[in-house]
Amino acid sequence: MDVLTAARLQMEVSLGFHMIFAALGIGMPLLMLIAEWRWLRTGQAHYRALAQKWAKATALTFAVGAVSGTALSFELGLLWPRFMALAGGVLGPAFALEGYAFFIEAIFLGLYLYGWDRLTPRAHWWAGVPIAVSGLASGVLVVAANAWMQAPADFEAVNGRLTQVDPLSVFSTPAWFHLALHSSLSCYIATGFAVAGVYALGMLRGRRDAYHRSGLDIALLVGGIAAVLQPLSGDLSARRIAEYQPAKLAAMEAHYETSTHVPLLIGGIPDGAGGVKWALRIPSGLSLLVGHDPATEITGLNAFPEDERPPVGITHVAFQVMVGCGVVMAALAIWFAWRRRRGDVSGARLLLRAIVLASPLGYIALEAGWIVTEVGRQPWVIYGVMRTADGVTPVSDVPYTLFGFTVLYLALGTALAWLLLRLTDQRYMPADETTYETPEGAA
Amino acid sequence: MTAEVLVAGLGLIALLAYAVLGGADFGGGIWDLFASGARRREQRDAIAQAMGPVWEANHVWLIFVIVIIFSAFPLAYQALSIALFVPFHFVLLGIILRGAAFVFRAYSPQSARALGRPSAATPAGGAPGPDDVRAGGASPARPERARPWGVIFGVASTITPVLLGMCLGAVSAGTLRLGEPGEVRIEGAAPWLTPVAWAIGALALALCAYLAAVFLANETGGELREDFRRRALLSGTAVVALSVLALPLVRSEAPHLWDGLVGGRATPVLAVGIIAALLSGWFLRGRRYRAARVAAVTQIVALLTGWAVAQYPYLIYPDLTLAGAAAPRGVLVFVLWSTPAGMLLLLPSLWYLFRVFKGEHLSVRESAHPPD
Ligand code: HDD
Ligand code: HEM
Ligand code: HEM
Repeated sequence: MDVLTAARLQMEVSLGFHMIFAALGIGMPLLMLIAEWRWLRTGQAHYRALAQKWAKATALTFAVGAVSGTALSFELGLLWPRFMALAGGVLGPAFALEGYAFFIEAIFLGLYLYGWDRLTPRAHWWAGVPIAVSGLASGVLVVAANAWMQAPADFEAVNGRLTQVDPLSVFSTPAWFHLALHSSLSCYIATGFAVAGVYALGMLRGRRDAYHRSGLDIALLVGGIAAVLQPLSGDLSARRIAEYQPAKLAAMEAHYETSTHVPLLIGGIPDGAGGVKWALRIPSGLSLLVGHDPATEITGLNAFPEDERPPVGITHVAFQVMVGCGVVMAALAIWFAWRRRRGDVSGARLLLRAIVLASPLGYIALEAGWIVTEVGRQPWVIYGVMRTADGVTPVSDVPYTLFGFTVLYLALGTALAWLLLRLTDQRYMPADETTYETPEGAA
Repeated sequence: MTAEVLVAGLGLIALLAYAVLGGADFGGGIWDLFASGARRREQRDAIAQAMGPVWEANHVWLIFVIVIIFSAFPLAYQALSIALFVPFHFVLLGIILRGAAFVFRAYSPQSARALGRPSAATPAGGAPGPDDVRAGGASPARPERARPWGVIFGVASTITPVLLGMCLGAVSAGTLRLGEPGEVRIEGAAPWLTPVAWAIGALALALCAYLAAVFLANETGGELREDFRRRALLSGTAVVALSVLALPLVRSEAPHLWDGLVGGRATPVLAVGIIAALLSGWFLRGRRYRAARVAAVTQIVALLTGWAVAQYPYLIYPDLTLAGAAAPRGVLVFVLWSTPAGMLLLLPSLWYLFRVFKGEHLSVRESAHPPD
């Protein structure tokens, strides 16, 4: 395997792995806060039990997120030293601010996880707030770095070395807003649907207590709202990339000839020769989405030199997968909300089954979406400025480290999944009111 | 003073914080691996308790160091990433395994039965806390169960500081040479495998073990405290012995470093370090634990600062200076200005964390277990 391929795969494996935990690190604190807040308000013990169960799960996943994130900070240099020599100074401000967010997150997570008996209930809840805020902030900040790679702005370079840069350029890239919005929503969706699946499964197996009902409610409150908003934000993303990364949009839709009245493809596999097999075509759909007008002209792949086109197959399929999952989850969220308004859902077996089946969809969409973004940027690592092949390390050992890290992450992932399963398995003990004092001043 | 020197100073402060706080956490893992004697289990409990709430925060200092290097000195980051590709990957392996194994052990089903309140496990006195099976208590538990994770945790904690020390040694060894931008030449042995690098790696291991033992002696009481005191004296002796062995090596293999350390700018700093080292041993003998802790921290700070001062103005000797590797001025200024703002958020939070878990904790344990 050549170094470039190995380096790309190692980056992909590492980021794909990290994202699982990053999404939980953004989503879980919010779920815990809602549950604990309900406990403070109502004094009902099952809310506290939920918050504590989620806190345990978060302790496990956060640590893996932190160490895999550390690996990423090194890997940016280890795999892409020439890219970092050029871009380190530009991306630096985003990562420097992110560093503070990590710090706040780690500090308050320590307080939250180990502080149940050391802090007053109210102080304990407040210790959770900075975790949720800084988790979100760290995601938004790191995505600024990625956004700059998609739409670089405000810098000058000579000979692969930065000579002039506005230190805020990483925050002034036009891609930041939509990427950060879409990616943050996706973290809440992925977490919310994954957690909802656990409680829906429990209810299907007959555990219809308040604990399971509230678990499902809170998870789908967070995941569901985000899922309904996500197609809107995805539409914004698609229209923005039509402006500044037309090759990516063309690859997403396997669109070759620049034209108007471009159809929107649903599904289908690009045949590599300019056509797409087995796709459903919505006439003028893409033109309508991008410009709100069927006469909107969409640049096709043929407008780009052969060596500046992203891989069409992967990008197109990944995009279809993401959108498919997104539509299913949005519909499910609406179904749940409608059914929940009419009362208890613990008997709605069809709905519960659908929620169980949908629980991995958030993660599938999240990983697929990043593949769209990153593979769709190829062959550039910094769009229009530096090719991926020019950023890669000269060290020839990458295939070995790729193998090592893949094995390591597979092993860790398996061990973690097993531990989390055991965590859900420890049966919830019906609230023994003597163990949970009602907090003072609770309404 | 120029911007890049100030930023390098910030980087050094972050490195010092990591060496002291993160170093002690590695040391905790070392003593977990080598826990022995009748109170083996209590030793591990005490280590897990001391690290639990703080290790992730301590770990972030390393990320700060990396971020400062790649944003302010991108050329150095490039050169290090290429030249130290192999050891950095091993460091990552160690960091990943250590962190994951530590929490996996704490939350594994074997110890889940003991999931009680943190105060229920009493490392200080030796009497194990009651097994607390309430659904509550999100706090992790006793490390004696789930041994395989414990072994991984211990081994990774032992190997990683050696590798980090070797990487530090590599930038001073003088065999890592840079040509054209992005071109790295290795002259002779791989820079991280030179004798100087090995010596610094071994010293790093001993220092981590020493720091951890001193800290743990501060945070425990009774017999357990005696255990850690003995371990501190042992590893402290190792630190002194390794330093004495390393000096002639530095003299012959890295003369520029030797000149800086012994006959130059860094001499006063180094002198402070040596005095602090001896003092901390002396305080330990006299069971003056707090004083020993202050002296041990001073020792590490002075040693690393001495190294940095001797190394100045080079980042990688002899081809890359701070000025030569620096990013454009705007970036440096941003890093400098964001620091006070960030610290304003950070320091009170850190203070709160350590107060909640280290402050009052200590006095409770000490009153419960008056020194023998
Ligand atoms: C739960 C996850 C999830 C869901 C349901 C969706 N997406 Fe998405 N999408 C992501 C998760 C994601 C992502 C993984 O988070 C990406 C990668 C980069 C980013 O910012 O978000 C992404 C990227 C991404 C991009 C590329 C942006 C760029 O490269 O600049 C587009 C055009 C869309 N999405 C469009 C959509 C549309 C039209 C959806 C309709 C339902 C949709 N996404 C649902
Ligand atoms: C937000 C910060 C991110 C940064 C700074 C970043 C940076 C990079 C870099 C430097 C590369 C290698 C060069 C290249 O192949 O173009 C890369 C590739 C890649 N990244 Fe990202 N990335 C980020 C987020 C993500 C996430 C979250 C994912 C996925 C889960 C991801 C998926 C990928 C994939 C799949 C590739 C390989 C693309 C290919 O070679 O075809 N990225 N990224
Ligand atoms: C190249 C890209 C990336 C790098 C270098 C990186 C680096 C890191 C590092 C060093 C940590 C550990 C912090 C700690 O110890 O607390 C971390 C954690 C985290 N990262 Fe990333 N990261 C990258 C991509 C992303 C992306 C794309 C997101 C989100 C959209 C993200 C969100 C998070 C979050 C929320 C955490 C908190 C820890 C957790 O909950 O698991 N990161 N990251």
